[in-house]
Amino acid sequence: MSEAKKITLATAWLDGCSGCHMSFLDLDQRLIELAEKVDVVYSPIVDTKALPDAVDVGILEGAVSTEEDLHKARMFRQRCQFLISLGDCAVSGNVPSMRNMFDLDDVLDRAFVENVQAQPGRPSESLPTLLRTVLPIHHVVQVDLFVQGCPPSADTIWQVLTELMAGNTPDPTQFTRFGA
Amino acid sequence: MTHPPVASNPGPKVRVVTLKIDDHDVGARETDSILEIAHANGIRIPALCYLDGLSTWGACRLCMVEIEGVSKPVSACSTTASEGMKITTNSERLKRYRRMILELLFAERNHVCSVCVSNGHCELQDLAAECGMDHVRVPYRNATYNIDSSHDLFRVDHNRCVVCTRCVRVCDEIEGAHTWDVMGRGVNCQVITDLNQPWGDSQSCTSCGKCVQVCPTGALVKKGTAAGEMEKHDDFVPYLAQMRKRQ
Amino acid sequence: MNLEDLSDITEEVAEAAKSRRHCVRVCMAASCQSCGSGEVLEGLQAQAKQNADDDVCIKPVGCMGLCSAGPLVSVDSDQPATELLYQDVTADDTEELYRSLDDDPLERLRCRTDVPFFSRQQKIVLRNSGIIDPEQIDDYIAAGGYRSLMRAVTEMTREDVLREVKESGLRGRGGGGYPAGLKWATVAMAPEPHKYVICNADEGDPGAFMDRAVLESDPHRVLEGMALAGYAVGAEHAYIYIRAEYPLAVERLKTAIKQATKKGLLGRRICETAHSFEVEVRLGAGAFVCGEETALMASIEGQRGQPRPRPPYPAEEGLWKCPTLINNVETLANIPAIVGKGGAWFKSIGTERSTGTKVFALAGRIANSGLIEVPMGIPLGEIVNEIGGGIPDGRRFKAVQTGGPSGGCLPEQYLDMPVEYDTLRSAGSIMGSGGMIVMDETSSMVDVARYFMEFCMDESCGKCVPCRAGTVQLYGLLDKIADGEATPSDLELLEELCDVVQATSLCGLGQTAPNPVLSTLRYFRHEYEEKLRPESERMPRMQIVTLDD
Repeated sequence: MSEAKKITLATAWLDGCSGCHMSFLDLDQRLIELAEKVDVVYSPIVDTKALPDAVDVGILEGAVSTEEDLHKARMFRQRCQFLISLGDCAVSGNVPSMRNMFDLDDVLDRAFVENVQAQPGRPSESLPTLLRTVLPIHHVVQVDLFVQGCPPSADTIWQVLTELMAGNTPDPTQFTRFGA
Repeated sequence: MTHPPVASNPGPKVRVVTLKIDDHDVGARETDSILEIAHANGIRIPALCYLDGLSTWGACRLCMVEIEGVSKPVSACSTTASEGMKITTNSERLKRYRRMILELLFAERNHVCSVCVSNGHCELQDLAAECGMDHVRVPYRNATYNIDSSHDLFRVDHNRCVVCTRCVRVCDEIEGAHTWDVMGRGVNCQVITDLNQPWGDSQSCTSCGKCVQVCPTGALVKKGTAAGEMEKHDDFVPYLAQMRKRQ
Repeated sequence: MNLEDLSDITEEVAEAAKSRRHCVRVCMAASCQSCGSGEVLEGLQAQAKQNADDDVCIKPVGCMGLCSAGPLVSVDSDQPATELLYQDVTADDTEELYRSLDDDPLERLRCRTDVPFFSRQQKIVLRNSGIIDPEQIDDYIAAGGYRSLMRAVTEMTREDVLREVKESGLRGRGGGGYPAGLKWATVAMAPEPHKYVICNADEGDPGAFMDRAVLESDPHRVLEGMALAGYAVGAEHAYIYIRAEYPLAVERLKTAIKQATKKGLLGRRICETAHSFEVEVRLGAGAFVCGEETALMASIEGQRGQPRPRPPYPAEEGLWKCPTLINNVETLANIPAIVGKGGAWFKSIGTERSTGTKVFALAGRIANSGLIEVPMGIPLGEIVNEIGGGIPDGRRFKAVQTGGPSGGCLPEQYLDMPVEYDTLRSAGSIMGSGGMIVMDETSSMVDVARYFMEFCMDESCGKCVPCRAGTVQLYGLLDKIADGEATPSDLELLEELCDVVQATSLCGLGQTAPNPVLSTLRYFRHEYEEKLRPESERMPRMQIVTLDD
């Protein structure tokens, strides 16, 4: 099989726990099989630092919580032909979105002032600009496939990917669900 | 000592009808609802507020079915059978409606499955999977609802309530306590104990726990359960309801 | 009380009228009262007292129709052709007005009555409105009242009464347009010994005030209609469910019930027959959904006011599980005339499938806002442009909203359409209870849709999911579109949600809640599309919705 025919795949980790990526790594020996057909061009698990201009499949884990997340989601939508929301945070907002029930200022104070003993205070740098509301990815860009689960199991991810590679559109609700 | 057989009151005569549900020819009493007939014949119709043994409520609108010759879909739980009816339970249109109704429910309150004590044992969660509801298109409302942990044994988390009123009905119709009721209107509807007193202060609650067992979601749960640990059993309801009727 | 007694009262009232030099009628319905007709009445009465004129009668009456010109005062004749009508009368005008009674008319305050607003109307329900004193039963009797009831219970069988109602073709005036005769017949056929009659006076559509005016102006007409219904279907108990926001109507109704009971026209053994008919008033506590019949009955029973699935319909299993006839105020107000003059007479008015007249409450951007009664089948444009006097300030007509939050907006091309149940429905609106809100070119149709959706969202009882959780989402989407923050996918979602809420909601409130959106989308889609952003700018609104407590 020539290199040119390989499907290009990009993944990114927005506001989530990285569990979905861990689940991806749990594919174990199936990763080798995957690597024969798929070229991972951008991901937290590879070294590449820049998202290529054109990618076949994009996978996003996590919810949109910051301006950076928003930017990334939009960039993925622009450059990936087929975009997948992987995991409950990406699909529904899940745990990160539980802060939506509270005022953002209260949340920040809780995290950086009330519960901190050494040098309480909001950080002045390296905290990305937070959106007032945490959002699922499809509420900011169009998404083509939704894979629920917290995290979706390695088998689920494998089934989704193999179906896609076979040219079919999988129905993840057949083998996973919210909270699975 | 054996009692002589007592002639039970046969009640008004009920006619038997035949009808067609999807591709199945079925027979039923004309007083039976379409939902009861379908379930008795192994035909699944999704439903959330309906529970065998409790009165019909007709509020979740998930059990909508189509009857040939009737333009609007009807709720299977509250529509009785009639001779020659032809019913479709799973058309594309009905699937679309069910999906949207589930989306509305998930967006209305804060159903975060992954951290719910009922995760894996939740009817709402199962319905989403069954009906192929894989994402919610409408905006999440992100409204904050209360959690009442004042009862010694149980907790009510209104964030996970779908206002199906199974708790209200089981408490009134089976337990006979009528501790639960509904207050407010529209999206501000909420189940309440007594006159909106903390559950732990309720004078009428017998702590029987029936409400917890019939609750389809993680809204009413036993205390001391962690994520995924709350399993419920509502199969006692039809038995108790039947026994009540015999008295 | 028998027919002779009724004639005696009629003669007495006529005698008293003959001996009078003048009769001045002051509108004391809610609208005119709210702009000071109470002081006008007092002022005129004081004048009469001061001048010691025993032969001048200053009479409080009900609605005269042209509410926007109130307070209204009418002198002597009650026919538009000869009537001397004064508008915008204030307490300061009373002295001058009183002096003019034996002199030339007071041109400064004169309201023209030779205009279409008065000449094009045809009154059955509002026949006595603005003419009789609603607090005097003798006035109603003198105007021919209670004769139909008296005749029915003494000379007609139940079947005779039913036949007239069926023959009349009368359809429910509350909105649905269900044939009244059919409903009555179903209740009449029910074998149960206990039955009820309910008058639905829980009028709640924004911009609608027909029932209020009827009850404030001529309460006995409604009571007589109810008693006739009770006789026809075999019910001896009745309720009037009226919203507490109509205190004047409630008060006049209670007075009317007391007077009629005292005269033996209501209560035990009415009109000296074996038939009894007792009427109780029940007040609504401000929930729009209680206008829905099953919710209304739940409310009367003392339950939470929320609907239940139908069937069983109330005619079969209604109040306290007894067969129940439930009709709207205006429907019942038509009954005395139908029984009195015959169903065939009623059928000769209006059109074949929509017989009789309809009362409309004209409101919005229209010159003459107020209450009108017109024959069914009248072109919509005639109501708006001639009776209503057209759009003020030289603006252009844009749409007319009928049927309240369950109805729709009809654009200019429908001005030629005859107003009937079926034509309105096929145009994407409904007859509704009779609210008619006129909009001019400055109205945004997205705003109109949003307004009605907000109303439905606030009034949803919360029982069924599509209405409870769907109207709030519909409102959010409309709000987003109106504020120019929505994308084409939001509009698509709006349309799908409309379909779901319409098809799956439990009661009429939810099922019809999308109508204002659907009808504005049908005729003014460009107004929605103009407000959309490109899909690449998809973004939900960053707002946190909290419970109001």
